[in-house]
Amino acid sequence: MHIMGGYLPATHAVGWSLASAPFLAYGVSKLTKQLREQPESRLLLGASGGFAFVLSALKIPSVTGSCSHPTGIGLGTVLFGPAIMCVVGFVVLLFQALLLAHGGLTTLGANTFSMAVVGSFAAWGVYRAGLGLKLPFNLTVFLAAALADLLTYCVTSMQLALAFPDPASGFGGSAVKFLGIFALTQIPLALSEGLLSVLVLNLLRSHAASEVASLIPVLKGGVK
Amino acid sequence: MKRQNFLLLVGVIALAIIPLFLVAPAKEGEEIFAGADGEAEELITKIQPNYKPWFEPFWEPPSGEIESLLFGVQAALGAGLVAYCLGYYRGRRRESPTPHASAN
Repeated sequence: MHIMGGYLPATHAVGWSLASAPFLAYGVSKLTKQLREQPESRLLLGASGGFAFVLSALKIPSVTGSCSHPTGIGLGTVLFGPAIMCVVGFVVLLFQALLLAHGGLTTLGANTFSMAVVGSFAAWGVYRAGLGLKLPFNLTVFLAAALADLLTYCVTSMQLALAFPDPASGFGGSAVKFLGIFALTQIPLALSEGLLSVLVLNLLRSHAASEVASLIPVLKGGVK
Repeated sequence: MKRQNFLLLVGVIALAIIPLFLVAPAKEGEEIFAGADGEAEELITKIQPNYKPWFEPFWEPPSGEIESLLFGVQAALGAGLVAYCLGYYRGRRRESPTPHASAN
């Protein structure tokens, strides 16, 4: 989902940066509050960040014959909520833009919007909906992580289609083409990310049940 | 829980391996399993052949090897953080078993 540096017109680059900025600012204030009120949760925050780091570094083959990578945003969102994960996602993207020349500084705003902002809020929405519908907890986590991953790549496709509408078929035609590259490739990867998120949360719950439950109130009663 | 974790892991591995057998081998001059990001870049130049990227990264990994090294470092850092956290809690639970410290 990384749009390469310089591959978005300057107005779009600025626009997506402005769109992401308020979420980041809100996320930073939530993050400071979280660390002040529950300083012991920083270890789980580290694990959530680490999970996003490792998942977004793994390029995995897909059935379309190309490779892509998961985002790892869903797990941390379930633990810490969407605002804090906006900041974590931004840090991951900044690292990749500066040190790996993967993505870029000019497209950092657009990439932050798709992965960190839409990814985390989509995960949160699905997670809350799953809890509301009383779905099994692990199924809810799976759906939240997988759909957030997939939606991130749909947003990237839309961002590119907006910037590069097809001369003949316009925005729609272009969107179909970009979705063909990103969204189809991403389906098996999104499933993988969902499974991995459940796996890591299972491990965290079996070794740090009380710490995880202090972040996820529904687990206090010992929900399976 | 252990059985579920094992099945989850098998699922993840299967999802990564199956595409290797499903996708037809590359013909001459073709590349399979290239990055989707790069394919999007090609599509951009197809849609707007005159588009010139207006900004270059300050630094690019000088070769594919070095790029894969950096991705390896990123993955290792991330996995290290997750494992440190799990190891810390696991070790703590062994030292002072409390009634509510284990799930299920």
